[in-house]
Amino acid sequence: MWEYTDKVKDHFLNPRNVGEIKDADGIGEVGSLACGDALKLTFKLDENKRIKDAQFQTFGCASAIASSSALTEMLKGLTLEEAEKISNENIAEYLGGLPKEKMHCSVLGRDALEKAIGSYRGESEKKIEGEIVCECFGVTDLEIKRVVAENGLINVEDVTDYVKAGGGCGKCHERIQEIINQINGIQIQPKKKEKALTNIQKIKLIQETLSREIQPALAKDGGDIELIDVDGNKVIVKLRGTCATCSKSELTLKNYVETKLRELVADSIEVEEVQ
Amino acid sequence: MNVVYADNNATTQVAKKVLDEMLPYLETYYGNPSSMHTFGGQVAKNIAMAREQTAALLNASPEEILFTSCGTESDSTAIQAAIKSNPDRKHIVTTRVEHPAIKNICEHSAKNEFHVTYVPVDENGTLDLDYLYKNLTDDTAIASIMWANNETGVIFPVEEIAAKVKEKGIVFHTDAVQAVGKIPIDLKNTEIDMLSLSGHKIHAPKGIGALYVKKGTKFSPFLIGGHQEKGRRGGTENVASIIGLGTASELSKNLMEEENTRVKEMRDSLEKGLLERIDNAIVNGGKEKRLPNTTSIAFEYVEGEAILLMMDEFGICASSGSACTSGSLEPSHVLRAMGVPFTAAHGTIRFSLSTYNTMEEVNFIIEKLPPIIEKLRKMSPFWKKNQ
Ligand SMILES: Cc1ncc(COP(=O)(O)O)c(C=O)c1O
Repeated sequence: MWEYTDKVKDHFLNPRNVGEIKDADGIGEVGSLACGDALKLTFKLDENKRIKDAQFQTFGCASAIASSSALTEMLKGLTLEEAEKISNENIAEYLGGLPKEKMHCSVLGRDALEKAIGSYRGESEKKIEGEIVCECFGVTDLEIKRVVAENGLINVEDVTDYVKAGGGCGKCHERIQEIINQINGIQIQPKKKEKALTNIQKIKLIQETLSREIQPALAKDGGDIELIDVDGNKVIVKLRGTCATCSKSELTLKNYVETKLRELVADSIEVEEVQ
Repeated sequence: MNVVYADNNATTQVAKKVLDEMLPYLETYYGNPSSMHTFGGQVAKNIAMAREQTAALLNASPEEILFTSCGTESDSTAIQAAIKSNPDRKHIVTTRVEHPAIKNICEHSAKNEFHVTYVPVDENGTLDLDYLYKNLTDDTAIASIMWANNETGVIFPVEEIAAKVKEKGIVFHTDAVQAVGKIPIDLKNTEIDMLSLSGHKIHAPKGIGALYVKKGTKFSPFLIGGHQEKGRRGGTENVASIIGLGTASELSKNLMEEENTRVKEMRDSLEKGLLERIDNAIVNGGKEKRLPNTTSIAFEYVEGEAILLMMDEFGICASSGSACTSGSLEPSHVLRAMGVPFTAAHGTIRFSLSTYNTMEEVNFIIEKLPPIIEKLRKMSPFWKKNQ
């Protein structure tokens, strides 16, 4: 059970400003169904360029709804310069605090606000900048650096609470810790430990991963994969089809197979394609 | 506020009769069953009685029942016993939808030179039996397949699986924590080597469980200590709870019929009532082979924690497969293994009934939930887009 403050409960059960402003001056949409929370924020300015109205639509848990509702209340009457200064901490404070694991809900609010202001100023949607660190939730190193610096975070768990990075498969924990150390100026030699698999176990696991995880995914797009040979850490495969409709379309087929095998078999796997 | 408790797969109310039988062992008969004096020693007789009652629920012999502290201990004991008794075998077969009590000990073993095969399920939650059988090898120490799934209620054909697994000389264990008391179990007529159960799912208190170990199965204790439980589990017995588990087992046996008639009817009414009144609601898991008390329903485009908290305002207790409730960020591994889309997984609510529920309570849920879903959908940015 989460310990929500009365203010969170109030904003959840009686959310203020639900809806979408039709002729909005600024619109900010963040999150997705897959991530488990999403927020669409719209605002309208008055003749003095102060926020006259702000409305939200949120898909998410109680604290996501409460954070959105709180944000719209906080925004009313502010100039954009003032609104810009609202941080995720401010949203959490307005609600009398959020459970640590739910801080990402306040970050969602801040992100939507930033986007909405950007849209008003005619800034085109920023392309994803930086390098994706957490594949599960699509979080970049820049986003992680920002929450670490702004909120004084010191461990991976904190980062997960604030921006979700690391909350999925867990493969990126080491990288996140590196970023934290970098921001906090700590130098640590990275250590890597490989699962000890015998050759037979490895080959079996590769076969299994191909037939259980990869083949079905490729089959959805009319593709297929055939295992030709395994030579040390080199996995030689024959590939057919495209990955046009798959969610990871920015990756090539070969990259996709390699990522999956590294995730499920061993980090050192390399995929080689034969025609 | 009245509580409408529809979360019986999480835990159950202690039956009045169970509590009544237990109290004397907390107040009057507090002796140690291992003592030489009559005052303590007499308690051993009552433990023997509870062992018989528990065995009777499963149609097993009393010597085959080992009392443990919970379902989780039973699961850990079983896996660990099979591994230790077959030191040359380094492979474990289990499913992708196990409770954390099995899932996490398998993952833990995988870190220690064990290789684990997770048998997949299809969108109905049905186990891929061919895949399971194909992966049984000379290296396999144990196959552990749950009897019934705690989230969806889907039942696996473990008796049939046990027979195939035994043909290959492999130890077979089943986590039957959710199946016991809800569907008939007849262990004398199966090849199952080990079976886990937990008291608090069948109206006994929390913190008591049992492990069935078939006669002749190689065993190695998990808790090493005194000679209690014939040296198979050290530690002075949790006497009152053991008595409670025995009583609860007897009650369960007598209530099995009601569980599969009246409780099932209530579950079906609840499911039907909600699906009729709420659009874009989908039952997770095949309906045929399913526990009589459980329904897992996905309400698309809304988030589970929000639903639970709004139901909480009316005293309705259920649980959710959503990420937010568990403190993790991804929806339940069971729903993901079934390929339930994110639109549905995040908004999944599990209702699990017991003989203590009434039709009035079911109707109360059917009345209260539709406006909740509607309210949340009106707030959701995805709702209209997808209509
Ligand atoms: C299928 C299953 N296995 C194991 C357990 C764990 O039982 P216990 O809580 O007694 O440790 C549970 C309870 O949640 C369960 O549902």
